[in-house]
Amino acid sequence: MGLETVFGHSYLTTRLDEAVNWGRKYSFFQYPFVTACCGMEFMSVWASTYDIARFGAEYPRFSPRQADVLFVVGTVNEKLAPVLKRVYDQMCEPKWVVSFGVCATSGGFYDNYATVQGIDKIIPVDIYIPGCPPRPEAVLDALVKLQEKVARESVLDRKYK
Amino acid sequence: MNSYLLGTFRAKFPDATLETHAFRGDETVTIKKEALALAAAWLRDDLGFDFLMDLTAVDYLPREPRFELVCHLYSSKHNYRLRLKCPVGAEDPQVDSLTGVWSGANWFEREVYDMFGLKFRGHPDLRRILMYDGFEGYPLRKDYPLKKRQPRIAHRD
Repeated sequence: MGLETVFGHSYLTTRLDEAVNWGRKYSFFQYPFVTACCGMEFMSVWASTYDIARFGAEYPRFSPRQADVLFVVGTVNEKLAPVLKRVYDQMCEPKWVVSFGVCATSGGFYDNYATVQGIDKIIPVDIYIPGCPPRPEAVLDALVKLQEKVARESVLDRKYK
Repeated sequence: MNSYLLGTFRAKFPDATLETHAFRGDETVTIKKEALALAAAWLRDDLGFDFLMDLTAVDYLPREPRFELVCHLYSSKHNYRLRLKCPVGAEDPQVDSLTGVWSGANWFEREVYDMFGLKFRGHPDLRRILMYDGFEGYPLRKDYPLKKRQPRIAHRD
């Protein structure tokens, strides 16, 4: 942001961190990269019963350039891997990645010629959600964990290019 | 075991028919691969099999002939089904394309080519359909290593 490069780690930047992180963690714009059946479960998180809007993350952006969090929901195969990488590269900093479900996390039971054995082979991942598919509660738990993680960050940590 | 359909087929192609059988009403004909396109055209035009429901293959390694092409035919006019098989050897894995008979064979044959490496003579566009360009080998062949991984490809527009 400019200011922090002048002041470094000081009272001013920690206050700034707090304000910025508070804004960031309650207003995630997410990019749902939905490839498989997990997407059906993912949708229920939006619906009224679980209502992800309570956490400020209900707004999906279908352009990676406007998104903060990349939700990789479902199996990613070798043919799709370069597309996922491209989507991630297009997102602006600061950005986070959530791996939704066991297939995105480790390939799941698709231990075969076609499937990427975990998206962390391609892009860095912040939060992993286990399950096949995960319960909506698990997704909300992951979201809260991501918020906690964002709250711990400093504006000095990220390298803005 | 002897149905009208199988009897008619044998009478029409006495030399090309390798084997016929019926199990619980499922009729199967195994023919030589040289006669495949001819038999397919006859089945469509004279017997009314207007719908190619499925076309796939099986790898019977180490048997020789190694592969077997399997077509499932359906006649919407007679509400009748027939399974048409044809063995394909490993040294010359080529058969005639059925795209001229049923245009729906196009993507099925591309899939069989992609997964088993069988080539279809006369196919208008024989490319891989599921795997990406640059993938080496044929993953559904029995001798494709189970844990084999190939280098990741770069993004292409």
